[in-house]
Amino acid sequence: MTQATAPAASSSPPASPAAPKDGRTSQRSLARRLAARPEIGALIAAVVVYVFFFAVASPFREASSLANVLYEASVMGIMALPVALLMIGGEFDLSAGVAVTTSALTASIFSFQLSMNVWTGVLVALVVALAVGAFNGYMLVRTGLPSFLITLGSFLILQGANLAVTKWYTGNVATDSISDMDGFDQARKVFASEISIGGVDVKITVFYWLVLAALATWLLLRTKFGNWIFATGGNQESARAVGVPVTFTKITLFMTVGAGAWFVGMHILFSFNTVQSGEGVGNEFLYIIAAVIGGCLLTGGYGSAVGAVIGAFIFGMVSQGIVYANWNPDWFKAFLGVMLLLAALVNLWVRRQATRR
Amino acid sequence: MTDNTTSTDGGTPVSEAPAPGAPDTAAAATGTAATTAAAGERAAGAAGSDGRPIVELRGAGKAYGNVRALHGVDLAVHAGRVSCVLGDNGAGKSTLIKIISGLHQHTEGEFLIDGEAVHLGTPREALDRGIATVYQDLATVPLMPVWRNFFLGSELTKGPWPVRRLDIAAMKETADSELRAMGIVLDDLDQPIGTLSGGQRQSVAIARAVHFGARVLILDEPTAALGVKQSGVVLKYIAAARDRGLGVIFITHNPHHAYMVGDHFSVLRLGTMELSAARADVTLEELTNHMAGGAELAALKHELAQVRGVDVEGLPEAADVQAPLAASKETSR
Repeated sequence: MTQATAPAASSSPPASPAAPKDGRTSQRSLARRLAARPEIGALIAAVVVYVFFFAVASPFREASSLANVLYEASVMGIMALPVALLMIGGEFDLSAGVAVTTSALTASIFSFQLSMNVWTGVLVALVVALAVGAFNGYMLVRTGLPSFLITLGSFLILQGANLAVTKWYTGNVATDSISDMDGFDQARKVFASEISIGGVDVKITVFYWLVLAALATWLLLRTKFGNWIFATGGNQESARAVGVPVTFTKITLFMTVGAGAWFVGMHILFSFNTVQSGEGVGNEFLYIIAAVIGGCLLTGGYGSAVGAVIGAFIFGMVSQGIVYANWNPDWFKAFLGVMLLLAALVNLWVRRQATRR
Repeated sequence: MTDNTTSTDGGTPVSEAPAPGAPDTAAAATGTAATTAAAGERAAGAAGSDGRPIVELRGAGKAYGNVRALHGVDLAVHAGRVSCVLGDNGAGKSTLIKIISGLHQHTEGEFLIDGEAVHLGTPREALDRGIATVYQDLATVPLMPVWRNFFLGSELTKGPWPVRRLDIAAMKETADSELRAMGIVLDDLDQPIGTLSGGQRQSVAIARAVHFGARVLILDEPTAALGVKQSGVVLKYIAAARDRGLGVIFITHNPHHAYMVGDHFSVLRLGTMELSAARADVTLEELTNHMAGGAELAALKHELAQVRGVDVEGLPEAADVQAPLAASKETSR
């Protein structure tokens, strides 16, 4: 009995009579506090998935494969970050997937039709993407309707407009190639180049992704605005009552998603020269899944940017790992569904641990 | 105003006598006695010297469309005094708080702060004018740590703009010392506030309001969901806040809790003011009867007496005689 409790006691003495305590609460053990981190479940899952594919798929072990996995993860991860922040703030954005295509189409069509420098199109696309986010946010705070409805509406509007406007200008479902236009090479360097590390070409989006993740983590945990995000998602009425600008916070979060969509849209445009107008549908759920696997609560108020990074990394590993293992890629969605359910269960358990007295 | 406050400080040893080991009822009872004496002293001392009230309502009211939730309410809140607002569910208490705290705007009458007529658009405006509200259930964000909740909406920061960040060390330190000053000791400020007990959460919210320079503290049924001991703790913090010179608006439907700390009592009934009396002009028994609905309850008592198995002896008249016991009954409901 005493032997059994000894190791536990060494890490956290359960009832240590430290001077200024009133004894009604006790210090939680390090393990318990670690388990209360939102991303811990995702981290364990990521290690398991990595080891699994490392074992079953030999091509997965090469450095170039890792670069591919990271690239796949980064394109989704850059969007998963603002989506995770928005979810911590208590809202969804179902228009995030098609908003990426909208930004790419806007930049492409605008530059091509007016025969201007591509950077003009890039800036116009940024304005449009932010405007879509602002519209979502403004509609939400004005009407008080659930974000599910509002963004489902804007999702359908954008999906239809993407196809219709593209066909109107090009007579085709894809835009014309802009690869020979002014500024294209420069923009491609910024949005879609590769950097060689030890002989392995790593896409530049991987670096953007990691830098943005660090920025988002800092924003969430170390700034006023991060505090407001947690409070707005955790208990909107309380937050408003103590003076948190809830309206500002929500609209800003939706605009951040818009900015993310713009960035990924630019990457797609400058990688492929042309944009398919029907792309992007369904991706909004992948972003949400990455955030949820990373520990974000669907109801808001809890989660982390690091978790969204890990969630996107798992996504990248699975989508590439299945190819490297020579399996039928159709299994990908099934695998993702299993991951999502497992993550949801782990998160449920973790949250109970975190709030247990 | 200052004279009044200093004289009060000398006369009330309530906050300094927490009686840690004593049983709940005994502690509450001594609290009542001491507060009653102090309140009498205060009322006598404040009669002439008191300046204008910090917050004043004159014939204020609020209509939601066709529904008139509040009508013709007069209320004055002075520094270092506790104004109790009592009323049954649906009497208009919540509407009254929402007007003063800036969540809603009044549609009739006048709302004055420091003698100046105002219309508050947001809770932030009310906070900036020194009016802090501690809500019954929406005081905190459960999943956020205690220290983040303490500074929520008024975070301390350091550094120039692009890298301006939370001053976490300072916030934790301030939160800890402020909580200790109010007699609240927490072991881990990093634990989610949802893991604290109801009384502890109320106390954190009160300490927060006091720290942020509130001149008027509105407490929305702080004891409604609490046990006897926890209620005693919260009443102690109300007294502590009053002794620091704050004007307190104490909303409750428990006349016993109100009478322990109140200087002035207003009873709301169906959106209008039924009673407005200073402590000297009203007894606990009268207050309880007004609160319980007086004549209406007597009629109800008559009806209930005809139903077998209903013990009408437990209704207010009998309860008045033994106040502390009845208070515990009220809270355990």
